[in-house]
Amino acid sequence: MTGFADAVARAAAAGRLVVQPRMGMASPLEMRAGLLAVRGAGATTVGTLTVDSYTRVGDHRAALTALHDGARLNGYPIVSHHPDTTRAVLDGLTGFPVQVRHGSADPRAIFGALAAAGLDATEGGPVSYCLPYSRKPLRDSVEHWTEACENFSGHLETFGGCMMGQLCPPGLLVALSVLEAVFFRFHGVRSVSLSYAQQTNADQDAEAIRALRVLAARFLSDVDWHVVVYAYMGVFPRTRAGARLLNDNAARLAVRAGAERLIVKTVAEAHRIPTVAENVDALESAAEAAAQAEPEQSFADTGVLAEATALVEAVLELPGDPGEALLAAFRRGLLDVPYCLHPDNAGHTRSHIDDTGRLRWSSAGAMPIPRSSVDRSGPAPDSASLLTALHRVAHLHDARTH
Amino acid sequence: MNNLVLLSGTASDSHTWNLVYLQLLLEEAGHRVINLGACVPPVLLADECEAEQPDLVVLSTVNGHGYQDGPRAIAELRSRPGLAAVPVVIGGKLGTGGPEPVQADALRAAGFAEVFDDETAITRFREFITTNALCRTAGTAS
Ligand code: B12
Repeated sequence: MTGFADAVARAAAAGRLVVQPRMGMASPLEMRAGLLAVRGAGATTVGTLTVDSYTRVGDHRAALTALHDGARLNGYPIVSHHPDTTRAVLDGLTGFPVQVRHGSADPRAIFGALAAAGLDATEGGPVSYCLPYSRKPLRDSVEHWTEACENFSGHLETFGGCMMGQLCPPGLLVALSVLEAVFFRFHGVRSVSLSYAQQTNADQDAEAIRALRVLAARFLSDVDWHVVVYAYMGVFPRTRAGARLLNDNAARLAVRAGAERLIVKTVAEAHRIPTVAENVDALESAAEAAAQAEPEQSFADTGVLAEATALVEAVLELPGDPGEALLAAFRRGLLDVPYCLHPDNAGHTRSHIDDTGRLRWSSAGAMPIPRSSVDRSGPAPDSASLLTALHRVAHLHDARTH
Repeated sequence: MNNLVLLSGTASDSHTWNLVYLQLLLEEAGHRVINLGACVPPVLLADECEAEQPDLVVLSTVNGHGYQDGPRAIAELRSRPGLAAVPVVIGGKLGTGGPEPVQADALRAAGFAEVFDDETAITRFREFITTNALCRTAGTAS
């Protein structure tokens, strides 16, 4: 096990949820201060070093220009800073696991930089860091991720349980999370985590996380794995109280469904990049909510496991290794992410939120999803109803706290 | 009249819900839309503009690099002889710390016809496209 996975396992054994921020700033001094504050937070934490957008898309020249001009970046440019600089950022943090979070369809330089700085945990995936993060062909991403995984010996988390952040029905999120973890395993990674992002209905989410665990146990029995929940990744409540409630609910969900780790969101989410203090506040608030929540043993079955299983099996039955199978699956539309503009996504699926607040398919395209799971009664696909759906969670939480 | 809008993300920005939403809004207002999607480098943007000859170019970005990516995009457009006059606007969450009026002015100075970076963005944008369409209709008629 890696330092990162080990820390998560120890916390889980002690019955504590690990909480983690999304945090990255351009300046090494600020980055270090942020990591120290996270370590010092009143919660069981691991640290995050989030990479900026220029580094993500491989434009290291623009990152260097920004550093030179003192322009603000939305993350830490780990490839542009010298490895010694990053080592200095981490100096004295031995024993405090730090994960690098990026969003790159070509992660090779980032994997190189994090290893050079002595780090061993990161995340992403050939699909989840291509379709929502890049205009590179999926085939290139699969190649780059293959190479990156084969040279990697640390802990790798799949981002497949998030995709576009919102409006993707859970069955597909669970399937993608499992499929990317299977890809990692195939390319030699021995310690993985599977993600699932909180969506629009807590019961549906709990059912999805349980489905994720069932499939992980089946397909990843010979590697070390745990489950990480992301606090809502779509449009966030605008009020402080609403944002805090949604983040706390994510912590309750994680405990209820037996996840080991949670990545939080702050009260600044709807507006701008959060400060360190806002991050610490979100971590402590989530830890408090988690401490009062109880794991549940059983959940109602509305078909998430069956849907995810059908998708995973359909893909793994395709010829070739997991990377080839993923490519073929997207080409044929067996996997098809709703509202994704990437040219390698078929784009024949649509989804909506039903009256009970659950995510449903409005059309499932060519995916192996039974007709009975498709609900064609969704709203008209115009700009106003799209905005209503995107803002539903935010509005509910803002309203509930007024 | 052509009424063609070229809609695009910026070089470093991969957010697309903004683009999906703006495409619907523009189509509902009667425009034809070419949506280039996320992470569009300046050269690709300019190539597409030369090929499509849009009546309006709309850049949308929310990742916080807009004040840096915006000027690079418009510099490339304006460096092409055929694109010296096409109106270009930009909007979204342009900085990492909320709207910055000084930076928005710098974008206007760099050649953006309008900058939509605050709470009033969509209201002002609707007005802008209506007026813009009227101007061009008037221009065609005369
Ligand atoms: C969903 C989401 C994602 C998804 C996006 C999936 C996808 N491909 O689209 C994922 C998870 C992948 C993602 C990734 C990242 N994200 Co993001 N994301 C969001 C989130 C939660 C919602 C955005 C959304 O869907 N909005 C719905 C659409 C319809 O609204 P909108 O984008 O806000 O646009 C509205 C207005 O801004 C305006 N508008 C936008 N463009 C234009 C253009 C014109 C001309 C006009 C008139 C108006 C206009 O009109 C729209 C309707 O009102 C926001 C925070 C939030 N709002 O809650 C963060 C947010 C936008 N993300 C952010 C960041 C920084 C990133 C990352 C860089 C990661 C990071 N460092 O944290 C990466 C992007 C990588 C890259 N290369 O750029 C920051 C931006 C910070 C800032 N500007 O200060 C935000 C604000 C979160 C935060 N507080 O840190 N993200």
